[in-house]
Amino acid sequence: MGFAVGIVCILVGLIVSWPAVAVGAALTLVFGFLWIRDVTSGYRTIPQAEPDGVEPPEPAPGIPAHRGPPAMPETPPAEAARYPRSKFLEGATLGIGAAIGVVVTVPAVGFAVVPAFVDQGNPDIDLGPIDNFPQGQWVITHFNLRPEEGEVARRVVYIRYNGLADNEPSFTIISNRCAHLGCPVQPGGLIQSDKTKDQKASGGQEIQLTPVIGLSSFTCPCHGGSYDSEGNRTAGPPVRALDRWTYKIKNGNLVLITNFSVSSVEGTGANAVINKYQLTGPGQWVDGPEQILYPWQPPS
Amino acid sequence: MANRTKTARRQNVEAAIAYPIDWIEERSGLIGGLRYFLFRNVPRDSSWFHTLGSATLTAFLVQLVTGVILAMYYKPDPDKAYESIRHITDDITLGWLVRGMHRWGASVFIILLFLHAARVFLFGAYKYPRELNWIVGVLLLALGMFEGFTGYLLPWDQTSYWATVVGININGTAPFLGPFLASLLRGGAEIGPDTLARFYSIHMLLLPGAIIGLITLHLYLIIRLGVTSPPWSKEAAGGDRPEPEPTARAGLTRPGPRRGIAR
Repeated sequence: MGFAVGIVCILVGLIVSWPAVAVGAALTLVFGFLWIRDVTSGYRTIPQAEPDGVEPPEPAPGIPAHRGPPAMPETPPAEAARYPRSKFLEGATLGIGAAIGVVVTVPAVGFAVVPAFVDQGNPDIDLGPIDNFPQGQWVITHFNLRPEEGEVARRVVYIRYNGLADNEPSFTIISNRCAHLGCPVQPGGLIQSDKTKDQKASGGQEIQLTPVIGLSSFTCPCHGGSYDSEGNRTAGPPVRALDRWTYKIKNGNLVLITNFSVSSVEGTGANAVINKYQLTGPGQWVDGPEQILYPWQPPS
Repeated sequence: MANRTKTARRQNVEAAIAYPIDWIEERSGLIGGLRYFLFRNVPRDSSWFHTLGSATLTAFLVQLVTGVILAMYYKPDPDKAYESIRHITDDITLGWLVRGMHRWGASVFIILLFLHAARVFLFGAYKYPRELNWIVGVLLLALGMFEGFTGYLLPWDQTSYWATVVGININGTAPFLGPFLASLLRGGAEIGPDTLARFYSIHMLLLPGAIIGLITLHLYLIIRLGVTSPPWSKEAAGGDRPEPEPTARAGLTRPGPRRGIAR
């Protein structure tokens, strides 16, 4: 049992931190030693000598060879009972087989499972100068989260520049990932495809900007989830508001930092009060009684 | 015709055919085992309903063969997968046919799985002593549907991509460990370049291996326990049930030909 805890501790530690690996390794060693000692205790104890007065049974006559004495010296029966060769071979076969199995299986399973839970982190996404985003105008923004991964890492956010708040530019940046099951929500408004701008940002990031006029809602094509222009759920199956991105202004450029989940938004634009939560998978509650169903999130 | 004495030529031909078969049988006993498997007794009133299991097995074998051939041309790379599927369908000789067999055969396989399970359920064929075979069958049904889920992503078009997004996120909504299950399926926090190769590997290596192993166990149990009579049968299985004996053979309609039990 402790052995299993140790193994789990090592695997978890590979994700979390090296001290946990050390603790897991120590646990594994200690409990592994105890386990082996426990398992082999039956083999190692020496039975008590036969009580006096009882004759040890006559040794069975050895199977005669064709001629002459047996080639192998016969083992005295007491010694044979104490440590039979067949028991040793059986234990050795099982033990070595199990050891080989563990040595092969643990790295293979770890290789298959652990990389899925490694925190990859988000690179900063440079979306170019903030002049790209006129005040009060929604802009569909395509970018590539990890350009080295190709098209599969393409992401879409809806960006609106809210003007200055406390002398800082304020943006509303809403993810297009539906809070129901992750389909791409579509903007309810006039998409000006003919005004699409393709840009190459300073980081080599290829950005595509498409303005939208009169955006009043977001709607999901998969199961009809609807949101208002702040990302609050208005109808359909979603369990919370649309995810958002944090941002910073660097050398006059808008830079995306990371995405987070939102239960609901009160107010609009620069004055909006956003109820922030850790990034959570679609379809999972972040507030209300149902949130106890999702106490842990894997690293993202 | 049958009574006519065989010509020397015919005898030679028969000997030539029999020799390699006898050679194998003498060294392995495989031919006898195959005969035992194929020509075992079944209840007198077994019907076409009892062929659904073999039909499911046949559908699986079709998937196996066509899948192996498709793997010769398919490229599980996000940049090439869609193009390689197009190449299979449009360019390669009979590629459209083999892909079509695999694509439609998948649905046939799932439908037959359900029909077979329904037959076993409605005939009460899951009861003692066949409970274990029902459990194995349920595992096969789950693995078969997982095959369908992983295979659906491989064309790598809009439908398959978003269907997989939704499917993984449905798994992610399972309480407590759901988010981790979703990450395990994706191979990371989001669908990335590894996800396609991961699904491909699960689809064509991991699951078929597991399914073949379970089918072997399934068939072994069928051969060991025999086929049930239908519920309306007037044969022994429908009548008074004998006291269960300590041996595993109690309550069967059919004793095996090797170690027959007089009824």
